Amino acid sequence: MQRAIITVVGKDTIGIIAGVCTYLAENHINILDISQTIVQGYFNMMMIVDVTTLDKPFGQVADELATLGQEKIGVQIKCQKEEIFNLMHRI
Amino acid sequence: MINISEVRETNKMIERENLDVRTITMGISLLDCIDADLPALKQKIYDKIYKSAYNLVKVGEEISTDYGIPIVNKRISVTPISLIGGSACRSPEDFAQIAHTLDKAAHDVGVNFLGGYSALVSKGMTEADRLLIESIPQALAETELVCSSVNVGSTKTGIDMDAVRLMGSIIKKTAERTADRGSIGCAKLVVFCNAPDDNPFMAGAFHGVTEADRILNIGVSGPGVVKKALESIHGEGFETLCETVKKTAFKVTRVGQLVAREASRRLGVPFGIIDLSLAPTPAIGDSVADILCEMGLEYAGAPGTTAALALLNDQVKKGGVMASSYVGGLSGAFIPVSEDQGMINAVNAGCLTLEKLEAMTCVCSVGLDMIAIPGDTKETTIAGIIADEMAIGMVNQKTTAVRLIPVIGKGVGEQVEFGGLLGYAPIMPVNPYGCDEFVNRRGRIPAPIHSFKN
Repeated sequence: MQRAIITVVGKDTIGIIAGVCTYLAENHINILDISQTIVQGYFNMMMIVDVTTLDKPFGQVADELATLGQEKIGVQIKCQKEEIFNLMHRI
Repeated sequence: MINISEVRETNKMIERENLDVRTITMGISLLDCIDADLPALKQKIYDKIYKSAYNLVKVGEEISTDYGIPIVNKRISVTPISLIGGSACRSPEDFAQIAHTLDKAAHDVGVNFLGGYSALVSKGMTEADRLLIESIPQALAETELVCSSVNVGSTKTGIDMDAVRLMGSIIKKTAERTADRGSIGCAKLVVFCNAPDDNPFMAGAFHGVTEADRILNIGVSGPGVVKKALESIHGEGFETLCETVKKTAFKVTRVGQLVAREASRRLGVPFGIIDLSLAPTPAIGDSVADILCEMGLEYAGAPGTTAALALLNDQVKKGGVMASSYVGGLSGAFIPVSEDQGMINAVNAGCLTLEKLEAMTCVCSVGLDMIAIPGDTKETTIAGIIADEMAIGMVNQKTTAVRLIPVIGKGVGEQVEFGGLLGYAPIMPVNPYGCDEFVNRRGRIPAPIHSFKN
């Protein structure tokens, strides 16, 4: 399974999770895990998603999520393949 | 499974602490291009480079998007051109034509730099070596992306003082040929002792003759990340200090390892090595000097600097070696002056001198790097500085290098602006006393004894 990590950081507002999840559902991306906190009014979320069955290039999904965050929701969204975190934090 | 704090730590390193992969460098052997006919040789060189690296930049950018990690430079290194052009070139101008071919190929594939306009003359010069070296001022003045290096000594062979003397005058001529641009030609010219065959960093990269046909070498970076990690351990003992540097170097190197593996797979080119160097940039916070200050020095260059740098260099290697099985190149901390805001501040404060920098090069890679000196510095003095640095490398069995920029028309107290990654530099004073008679002696300094070490 090819997994990716989506991080969402920004000022808390209504509909952040809904906005991201709608995009993921439309693009057939399954969510495997979500963790989320609010620190001093700032929304912090991490999602682990399955990108094995993507029907468009990964780079395009990352760009579209970033645009969605910036233009529609007002938060910063990053989507990165999982290996970078695994390699950095696990021996 | 990865947790949110680990993800945030990684992204913080990338976004705020300038963590990046400094370079993907594709080494390309040009040995199979050798031809006695110069136009045919040039065509073969161009074709080989273009065919090997046409999608290097594109793949680099894709990897960068997939993992969210910037890959700053995509570069090419080639077999030392003195070996490739030997049978076709009869004059320095002939060699300069090859430099133009390399420059065009580099532009067409879209890389930032191409290294390997080089000669390896640690024991003596062939006619081709001499012609190539003599062509360097013209080649660097007329091309934009070509980088040149000359290896003039090694622990096994000693130092070729005829080449050292010649390089003193070549550096000066290169400065004069590019005087209208702050003598920037010299920023693309390195003199080495014990040059590694697999160095991915410019300007000294070349593809050694012992390497495979094509290979990918990766240079990681991250002085900002190390500095940030040290901010939280003020007052702690040396053990904690070392542990922190090691852990950070491990994390940084792992990112390089990932990029190396992916690039190798996507380009179908074998992975060579990861170079673990902490390479600073002029960006604020991306400085090796700032790490030394974070360890407890007022400025880089203050007493204790050499010890702090030795510790840093060693811990970076220890952490990095754990993270990747194939470590090579220069691997250490770079201490260029113009590319490091902390170093520039130290020079401006009067704390850091050429002599102290020379001492620092005994314990770190690479050498006297990106140091601007007065434009009226004598050729023999430049050769003397080179000889000193080469001797340090030869005796200590390490790579050392000299990249000096005699800025024509400028003197101590002024500064020169190179722009981009090369930054700017204050002109540093040079010891005014002469070494003409020593440098003008013919022949070479013999290899050092490998026993009776004290």
